Amino acid sequence: MRGREDEWTGLMRSAMAGDDAAYHRLLRAVTPVLRAAARRGLARAGQPPDQAEDIVQEILLAVHLKRHTWDSEAPFAPWLFAIGRNKLIDALRRRGRRVFVNIDDFAETLPGEAPEETASAGEVAAQLNTLPQRQRDVLQSIAVESASIKDTATKFSMSEGAVRVALHRGLAALTTKLRDH
Amino acid sequence: MDTDQLIRSLAADNTHHAPRVGAVLTMALLVAAPLSILIFATFLGVRPDVMTAMHNPFFDMKFAVTLSLAIPAIIVSLHLSRPEALLRGWGWLLLLPVGLLAVAIGSEAMMAPAMPMTMRLMGKNSRVCLVAIPAMSLPLLVGALFGLRHGAPSHPALAGALAGLVSAGLAATLYASHCTDDSPLFVATWYTLAAAFVTAIGALVGSKVLRY
Repeated sequence: MRGREDEWTGLMRSAMAGDDAAYHRLLRAVTPVLRAAARRGLARAGQPPDQAEDIVQEILLAVHLKRHTWDSEAPFAPWLFAIGRNKLIDALRRRGRRVFVNIDDFAETLPGEAPEETASAGEVAAQLNTLPQRQRDVLQSIAVESASIKDTATKFSMSEGAVRVALHRGLAALTTKLRDH
Repeated sequence: MDTDQLIRSLAADNTHHAPRVGAVLTMALLVAAPLSILIFATFLGVRPDVMTAMHNPFFDMKFAVTLSLAIPAIIVSLHLSRPEALLRGWGWLLLLPVGLLAVAIGSEAMMAPAMPMTMRLMGKNSRVCLVAIPAMSLPLLVGALFGLRHGAPSHPALAGALAGLVSAGLAATLYASHCTDDSPLFVATWYTLAAAFVTAIGALVGSKVLRY
């Protein structure tokens, strides 16, 4: 556990210093842990576990957009799990559940328990369709078709800077829509 | 969109760097401050006898109290803009103005009173105080909430209350230079009421707008 969390902290430091590959690895590494915790939280609230993926995606978006609040001198896991807890609580509240905060849902994930799978989630996909055309095109191209920023720019005859702006605005708008819907 | 696809788009956006919350909060307060100062200059202004008042330690004490509210409130609000942060270990900073006031009230009580206690407490400006501090707080409160929106507080109402304390502390600093009531009893009563009102508004609005 200790080793895993130290590794996350190291990856996040590299990510913040501009290492996109480290960031990608980090997000992939934390996802199964978040998924297991989300399932546990849903189960505790008497909710079906199939909503876990929506919560995982919301946590990942929040982690991304709020990563400037992480102090690079501090360990990464407590920061991550705090966001995870908040998003889980929000999600349960939206479903009209009385919420019993259990700190351990996120903090005490047992190794090996986390299922290594990628699941589709309905909410991000649904909100994606409400984005402005350009943001949606750019997000689709990069996320679904795994095109690079450069290829996406060529495809839509945009500058790379404009693609980056559309990508960031699209992710920020998705997050707002998920929170307020 | 499956989660791997989402992660891919997040990693592609890693080049986007957001400024720190402290930088955004500072900018927002600097933008809001001229509006509060404008309210101050239009309706209040510095008291005419300010040069003699400066020799009165109880006049100076008012600024120590209001700034010892505003500055720690800024520090604590920035701390709480991190999701994993707790108030524990930081909350005592917010007791600084309370401690200062207690000392000031104690030292005033030991002096030969110039006025009876009720007159010192009620003062001449209590109604102006209750209106002026919230009014001058308003632009600063909007600025503080805007700045803190850039953070990720786990307790939005608490963070909003701190935004209220920040703006009330700064507004009260302006107001202190206008008000001719210098008794710590007056400050403890009316400034506190005004600040509590602004803090409650901050908590209420914060619980809505500081969710991330």
